[in-house]
Amino acid sequence: MTKHNITKSKKNLPVKESNSTTFSTTERVSLGLKKRHRKEKRFKRVGLSAVLFGFLLVVILLGDITSKALPAFHQHWVKLDVNYQASWLDISESSSLGLKNEALTEQLNKANYRNVLRKSLYEMFPEVSGRKDKRSLTKLLSSNAEFTLKDNLLASPQLFDKKTQVWVRLDDDVDSYLKEEFAEGEAGLRINQNQAQWLAKLTSSENVESRFNISFFTSSDSREPELAGIKGALMGTLLTMFVTLLLSFPLGVAGALYLEEFAPKNRLTDFIEININNLAAVPSIVFGLLGLAVIINLFGLPRSAPLVGGIVLTLMTLPTIIIASRAAIKAVPPSIREAATGLGASKMQVTFSHVLPQAMPGIITGAIIGVAQALGETAPLLMIGMVAFIVDVPTSIVDSATVLPVQIFLWADSPERAFLAKTSAAILVLLTLLLIINLTATMLRSKFEKR
Amino acid sequence: MNSSILFFVLLGLTLFSYWFGLQRSLKVAGGAWHKKELTSLPQQFGLLTAMVCGLPALITLLIFNSGEHIVVEQLLTSTLPVNIQSLSNVDLVLYLNNIRSIASSETPANILQVLSQSSDLKNSSEYKAAFTLQELNQQAAWLKTALVLIIACVSVAVLVRKFSLTYPARQKSERIIRALLVASSAVAILTTVGIVISVLFESIQFFKSVSPLEFMFGTQWSPQTAMRVDQVAGSGAFGAIPLFAGTMLITFIAMLLAVPVGLMIAIYLSQYASAKLRAFAKPMLEVLAGIPTVVYGFFAALTVAPVIRNMGESIGLSVASESALAAGLVMGTMIIPFVSSLSEDAISAVPNALKEASYGMGATKSETVLKVLLPAALPGIVGAILLAVSRAIGETMIVVMAAGMAANLTANPLDSVTTVTVQIVTLLTGDQEFDSPKTLAAFALGLMLFITTLGLNVLALKVVRKYREQYD
Repeated sequence: MTKHNITKSKKNLPVKESNSTTFSTTERVSLGLKKRHRKEKRFKRVGLSAVLFGFLLVVILLGDITSKALPAFHQHWVKLDVNYQASWLDISESSSLGLKNEALTEQLNKANYRNVLRKSLYEMFPEVSGRKDKRSLTKLLSSNAEFTLKDNLLASPQLFDKKTQVWVRLDDDVDSYLKEEFAEGEAGLRINQNQAQWLAKLTSSENVESRFNISFFTSSDSREPELAGIKGALMGTLLTMFVTLLLSFPLGVAGALYLEEFAPKNRLTDFIEININNLAAVPSIVFGLLGLAVIINLFGLPRSAPLVGGIVLTLMTLPTIIIASRAAIKAVPPSIREAATGLGASKMQVTFSHVLPQAMPGIITGAIIGVAQALGETAPLLMIGMVAFIVDVPTSIVDSATVLPVQIFLWADSPERAFLAKTSAAILVLLTLLLIINLTATMLRSKFEKR
Repeated sequence: MNSSILFFVLLGLTLFSYWFGLQRSLKVAGGAWHKKELTSLPQQFGLLTAMVCGLPALITLLIFNSGEHIVVEQLLTSTLPVNIQSLSNVDLVLYLNNIRSIASSETPANILQVLSQSSDLKNSSEYKAAFTLQELNQQAAWLKTALVLIIACVSVAVLVRKFSLTYPARQKSERIIRALLVASSAVAILTTVGIVISVLFESIQFFKSVSPLEFMFGTQWSPQTAMRVDQVAGSGAFGAIPLFAGTMLITFIAMLLAVPVGLMIAIYLSQYASAKLRAFAKPMLEVLAGIPTVVYGFFAALTVAPVIRNMGESIGLSVASESALAAGLVMGTMIIPFVSSLSEDAISAVPNALKEASYGMGATKSETVLKVLLPAALPGIVGAILLAVSRAIGETMIVVMAAGMAANLTANPLDSVTTVTVQIVTLLTGDQEFDSPKTLAAFALGLMLFITTLGLNVLALKVVRKYREQYD
């Protein structure tokens, strides 16, 4: 290329000289200098603005998600004047008075708390009449409120047949309404005029309170946004990552050791290397197809299980780990190998007792990066059925489970508005996890480099 | 014993064999004081014993587990009444699923009770089959446990008998370890083979019912077929051109954003930026690369798409709520760091002599970059762009969440288009019948995707390698 340029400029030179008869070369250069410097400045500015544009994208992305996520971390509760009246609970007075403690608990277990909830609510709002109004009044509360009443009474049975005050969750629509700074009594999205006025009454008497939403971390998925949490997904992620790490780390390290230390230069080795490099660039969804066709349909492993997810993610992250481990093994100075061999160690002893410990920090960093990549992966897990709506928290690697990214995908698809904040909050949790993992990797790397 | 308990028992047995082999070798030597008389270390005897105990048994367990369900199903089908055996494949699968769910939810005692009470013939035949299935499963579990434990114990016993002072325990164990290392690195080959087989096999099935020409050149895509005669559904057309066009459109938009921005970032950071800015900017841009794609998808669908829609409407354009533009721009954002880091590598691989010669001739920095560095780094940059394109084509979550489902053949970025990956996900999630052309079509699309990305990668590597030869 350089040769080509030189010949070209040689050809051009005489032509230009004949054009400019009165100016010497120096003069010509100095005439164009100002323009060239302006161009230079413009080019530099374009470059800088590209970098700043990149920063801007990061800030917008993270800012947008954080601002959307914050509302999900607190939740509105309302204080109800509850009357655990025996007749409302559908427990006949005469029998209950004579009952022993155990029998009473059994009765309380089966009692009608929905009725108690409704009647107590109607008592708080005596002005509400008519079926339609009454229904929109009860709709202010979460569908889980009756269970809160039940748990409360079961925890302290002495409240039976007495009046008390209980905090219950508000419905997700109400919760979103309260978070959005409407004027008092003003109707909002999915909240009508009447409901808004009742809410205003509750807030003015300080019966509504905003609390930290702990159930977001302690409960599993639910159709009701105010009850949905990420515990199940977190557990699924943990189990899946456990399987991934357990399989991919030994396999990756062993593969890298073979390729770096033992592999003869032959066709097979070349073929393995080509395969590894190509697998690193295969779209993740193709690994999902592999999981569905081979692991589930051929080997008959259960669908939706962290075991299958872990195997698929292992195959996906293996190239990353092998490539990183090979770099770390290559960085071990040959003098260490030679010294160990000189002392009579076998090739295997040199590799496992001297090379591997030296390369370990680098290998671990690579494995952590691989796991971080697997942690955020969604597409292959959709293929193997980890998209199901699962309420139970998985406890073993063959239970049906979902993972955090898939949970985000599922919630993002939900029509309820309150899931928007939940999704962003789940994203924030995922990003925090990734940040922690990557910081660990960076710290390890810098520690290693100092040595 | 179920597989996981068996696995842990085997693990315990393996640990025990380590100790056992070690003790036996010491005994052969005549006590710990004489261990120097052995040609291998006692630990190496232990390691060999542990591996001989664990590996064959573990392999047996894996093979047994992967084949178990097929054999059990065959046996179960052969015990079923003739009229059920002669059912069509789909109905038989449904029937077997039914039996399986009964067998897994009811205890044997319950089933027997139902059998003794029920007079309904169909019901009782299902319960009878479920009972048979439970018995078969139990027999399989016993067989598995016995087989695995016997293999483990027998192989240890045979090995330990051979121990002597000159037994080459180290050499043997090292040979096994070496075989394990080879096997681990061969997992990469197995994965590739698995991918090719799984996609190819199902695609061939698919092409039996839909001609490859229609698939690759047809312009109609509506994979929904009517399951019942009276149902209104798509015609079952499998022309993939609209999907390819949609994928190209979104990829093109993404590249339109990612290539100029990524390239300028690479140039600025490698040529102009101070060390301080570089130290700050690189990790900052790496954040973009580290964010999971599902997050980008959420951002595209719920933030970018509405913004684009509102902007379009304010100037009187009709914008689809799932426009190709939103998905493409966000995908471009994701790819920026990929393009910038690969191009930076390419630019910094250009020998300094070229750069210095250009400065020596009086060229400004930008002239040097544009007329010397970029042309010299061009093959590397082209390679980077090809890799980025391959990435954009295979990207799934952003388009699943932000691009549409309808297969429109259009070049308008404000319209909604669908892509290959979106269709794979749509066809394979939710209710699916295996072996229907609808499901198999997903594998045919997967095959196309695999071939395209593989081709792009090979091409990119070739371009880059050719370029390297020039200066080395």
